[in-house]
Order: sequence, then structure tokens, then C-alpha cells
Amino acid sequence: MTIAQSDASRPQRAARLRRVALRPDILTVLPSGLVLIVFVYGFILWSFVLSLTSSRIAPVYDFVGLQQYALLWANDRWIQSLLNLATFGIVFVTMATLVGLVQAVFIDQKIRAEGVIRTIYLYPMAISFIVTGTAWKWMLNPSLGLERLVRSWGWESFRFDWIVNPDMAIYTLAIAAIWQSSGFSMAIFLAALRGIDGEIIKAARIDGATTWQTFRSIILPLLRPAFFTAIIVQVALALRCFDLMVAMTGGGPGFASDLPTNFFYQFAFGRSRLGFAAASGIMIFVMVLAVMLPFIIWELRHERRRER
Amino acid sequence: MSVAVSADIPKLKSATAARRSKLVGRILTYGVLGFFILFYLLPLVVMILTSFKTMHDIETGTVLSLPNPPTIEPWTTAWSKACIGVECVGLHSFYRNTVIMAVPAVGISTLIGALNGYALTQLQFPYPRAVFGTILLGAFTPYQAVLIPLAKTLGHIGLAGSLAGLALVHSIYGIPFTTAFARSFFLSVPPELTKAAKVDGAGFFRIFVSIMLPISTPILVVSVIYQFTNIWNDFLFGAALTYGSQAPVMVALNNIVNTSTGERPYNVHMAAAILAALPTLVLYVFAGKYFIRGLTMGSVKG
Repeated sequence: MTIAQSDASRPQRAARLRRVALRPDILTVLPSGLVLIVFVYGFILWSFVLSLTSSRIAPVYDFVGLQQYALLWANDRWIQSLLNLATFGIVFVTMATLVGLVQAVFIDQKIRAEGVIRTIYLYPMAISFIVTGTAWKWMLNPSLGLERLVRSWGWESFRFDWIVNPDMAIYTLAIAAIWQSSGFSMAIFLAALRGIDGEIIKAARIDGATTWQTFRSIILPLLRPAFFTAIIVQVALALRCFDLMVAMTGGGPGFASDLPTNFFYQFAFGRSRLGFAAASGIMIFVMVLAVMLPFIIWELRHERRRER
Repeated sequence: MSVAVSADIPKLKSATAARRSKLVGRILTYGVLGFFILFYLLPLVVMILTSFKTMHDIETGTVLSLPNPPTIEPWTTAWSKACIGVECVGLHSFYRNTVIMAVPAVGISTLIGALNGYALTQLQFPYPRAVFGTILLGAFTPYQAVLIPLAKTLGHIGLAGSLAGLALVHSIYGIPFTTAFARSFFLSVPPELTKAAKVDGAGFFRIFVSIMLPISTPILVVSVIYQFTNIWNDFLFGAALTYGSQAPVMVALNNIVNTSTGERPYNVHMAAAILAALPTLVLYVFAGKYFIRGLTMGSVKG
């Protein structure tokens, strides 16, 4: 579509257009391109249109303006889910990044059994969030899980009931998410560390820099792109987090660990308030876009630079 | 951190001091690495131990106590008797659902992605990057923004709640990923490779089938593994777009774990969770290299 338009906008004619449109490479991309334009862009637009209507169980195309958005932002549960997301996202992204960095730095010390250790650090990434949630829910079970284990070691007053504690439940999601995906930032940081020219570090040493100075003033700045990638990917993971919450807490106790994705799901498929749910879906899209669009553009620019 | 990097400390210090600080560095390094090994393995160990225990054993022991006596009953229950909603048929038929749905979805999306990726590196028209970016954005779209229209559309074309509908959805939303994988691979293929064939008059598809496909096995493996893992582990699409006996395995697992009434059979939950995780775990153990490649490419590039 973009192809046809950008060609037609030139002072050029139908014959050429036809010749171009029938080229095999374009014929190949066109069908799936069109399908994606419908299923991604068309559907986003459709969701947006729905969010401007009063649709409940079935779509009705009456135009009520931004009424659903006004309702959404006046809804306490929505605000709560956003605050939960902020807490979850900040804790998860910070910790997963730091843990990944520490792991990568230590793995990069010419250690033994590196392959085995890397395999163990990354295996949770192969597991679904539903399984991860199921496992951690059991471990954090206040009467039978880790709490009892520690008490059995003699610390009788030990309490670890976060998963049923409204103030702490959101942090249990962060723990499980860190477990699941910190290995990913480890892989990113390790690849970046391995890409650093050893000569630079040697030179710094000869100039008398201490290990810490070398790390802080030479290695860390060189890791900036890795930080960027790891953080963006994890922010995107946090924004989309849904399965883990469903399996671990179901958003509870009450709405203490509810997330926007669950808010959307409940209103779209549980309570059949399509217009309202669509408005929350569009807000989630806007949040993800705000994070990802600069990243995609940066990536593509970066790629062009490399080609030159 | 500072001590750890001291493995290659300056040679200025005396030999013994250097050796001692090297030893401290090693201990710290392996200590930290060992701590994280325990952190990652603990849930898996707990799951396995719990899955072989009787409920009485679970109520009297701790999560790390050994099964006494060990039993495989939770496993057989999880596989063929556990209740999912009102039906008590175990995980096995939902397992089959996911296989039936995932195999075509993985195949179709990988093939289309390979073709797309190749075509995108051959395109001569303006803004090839914009076209790719347009496709790529599909990989980052949160599905909440498309789910309602998607459910309505599947209803209109008669695929509501079915495995076929789910397979279609996974095929389509997998294309941005598989295209990105293939494209980055074909970008690295030197144009000389196809020049000779072009001179000989081989066409676009001929070159794709006889030159490009054979050399692209590694990226096809990456693509298949990435797609299989994603589709197998999916919950959102499965939960929103299928119902009842058509549900995929993760939806069934969540039902087993979160809807059981009365005494919760934690041993069965753990056995079911391990069963659900097994295919992707096995794939990871045997093809971890490809899995990680897909992971980094998939998240970094789309």
C-alpha cells in the first residue's frame, strides 16, 4: 500500500505502477503486508473507533466522543492498576537490569563451567509466565511455602506473607518477573562486555587506573547501548505483563496487584463493556508506543549507519 | 564488583598479596554466581519435589523436604484426571490442542517470514526501511489494542472459539518476528552469491528456493524455536479467543491451578505445571543456542 502510494504520488504513470506491482518481490510482501495492515493497524483503528462509542456487549457505532476516556480516568480501579504498574515496573526493571549486569560482570571473569551457568540463568525465559506464576505462588504460600521452610530452620517468628498482603502483593509479582527475565539482561550485558576492546582496558591499567575506576569510567559508558536495550525490553515486558499476574495473584488481594492489562481483559471479556474496555486498550497501546517508537526508530537509524 | 575484576590486578603488588587478592576475588565470584544458581533452580527443585509428594506429606513437611513416600499419582492425575472447569479430563487433551494449533502456526509464520525477509532485502522501491518498520511495529503492539476487533472478526468468519482461529491468529501475529529474523539474515548474505544465478536467468523464487533456503537453515531453526516457544507459552490469545475443550494448554493449566475448590491439590498443580513447561524446556536444553539467538534478536529487533 505504502508502495503504491509513494509511487503514484510521483509524476509517473499507471503502466509503471502495474509493472512494479507485479514484480515477484512485491507480490511476496504484499499479501502479508496487507494482512498485517488490517490485523494490526486496522484493528487498532477499529478499537479506537469502539472507544468513542457507548458499546457494551455488542459494538454499536454511536459517537459519544471521549466519554469512555473520561469514565476511565475517573475510575479508581484504573488509577490503582496504573499505580500498581508503576510500582511493579520500577522495581522489576531496576532489579532485573542490576541483577543482569552483576551476573554478566561475574560471568566475564574467565570462570569455569560458563556454559552451564549461562544455561541455568536463562532457562526461566523458556518457561511460560503461567508456569512461573504457579511455581512462585506455591513457594510464597504463607502457611506451606518458604515461610514454613525458614521457620523449620529455627526462625520461628519468620513472616513472609507478601502474596496475601495488600501492601506487598505487587512486589511478589516483581520477584517472579525478575526470576523469569533477569537472565535476558545478563545475556545482553555479557555480549556487550565481550565486545569491548581489551586494549582499552589494558591501556587504562598501564595509566594506573584502579579496577573500579576502569569499570566506572571506561566499561560502564561503553555499556550504554546495552543498558538502553535491556531497559527498553524490560519496560515493554512490564507494560504487557498479564499472564504472570493472572496465575499468581489474579490481581488481588482485592485490586492490590491489579494491572491495566487485567483491567482491559475483565471489562472486554468478563463484563462485556466493549467501549470502555477499548478505551483502556488504546491507553495501553499509547503507553507502549511512547516507549517503543523511539526505540524502533533508533534501531533502524543505527542499522543504516552500520551499512555505510 | 571491584574485587571480582581484580583477577588481573596490576603486577605492582607483591606476589603473595596478588595471589591472596586473586583468591578472594575467585571466592567472591563463585559465591555470587552460586547464589544466583540457587535462586534460579530453587523453584524448579521445589516444583519437582512437591509433585512427587502426597498431600499429607505436603502438609507435614516443608517445600524442600524429600517426598516420603514418593508417589507418581499427582502426575497421572494431572495428565488424565485433573479438573478444568467442570470437566475432569486432565491436561492431556489440551496438550494435544496446543500441538495441533502450534505446528501449522509455526510452519506458516516461519515460511511467510522467510519469504518476506528475502523479498525485503531485494526490494528496489523507495523507503524499504519504512516498509520494514511498518511490519516491525506489529511485533510491539500490545494485543489489548487489537483483541476486541480480533474476537469480532473471528466470529464473523466462523472461527470464534476454535483452534483453527487461534492458529490463524498466531500465524499472523508471528509474521513481524519471523520476517525480522529472516531479513537480518538475508542482509548478511553477500550479493555475489545470487549474482551468478541472476546472470544465468534464474528468477526470484528460483533463487529463493535453490540458493537462499538451503543456506538459511540456522535462521529457520531460530524462527521455528522462537515461534514455538511463544505460541506454546501464550495465554492471552488462548484465554480470550477459545473456550471450553478448545483451550490451549496454558489456559487449561491456569484453570487447574486457580479454579479448584476445596482442598487445593498442590502436588497436582506442580505436576501439571512441569508437564506444561516440559516441551519448551526440552527444546531449550537441546537447542539453547538458537533459542537465545531468537530471544535477543526477537526482543531487540522485533
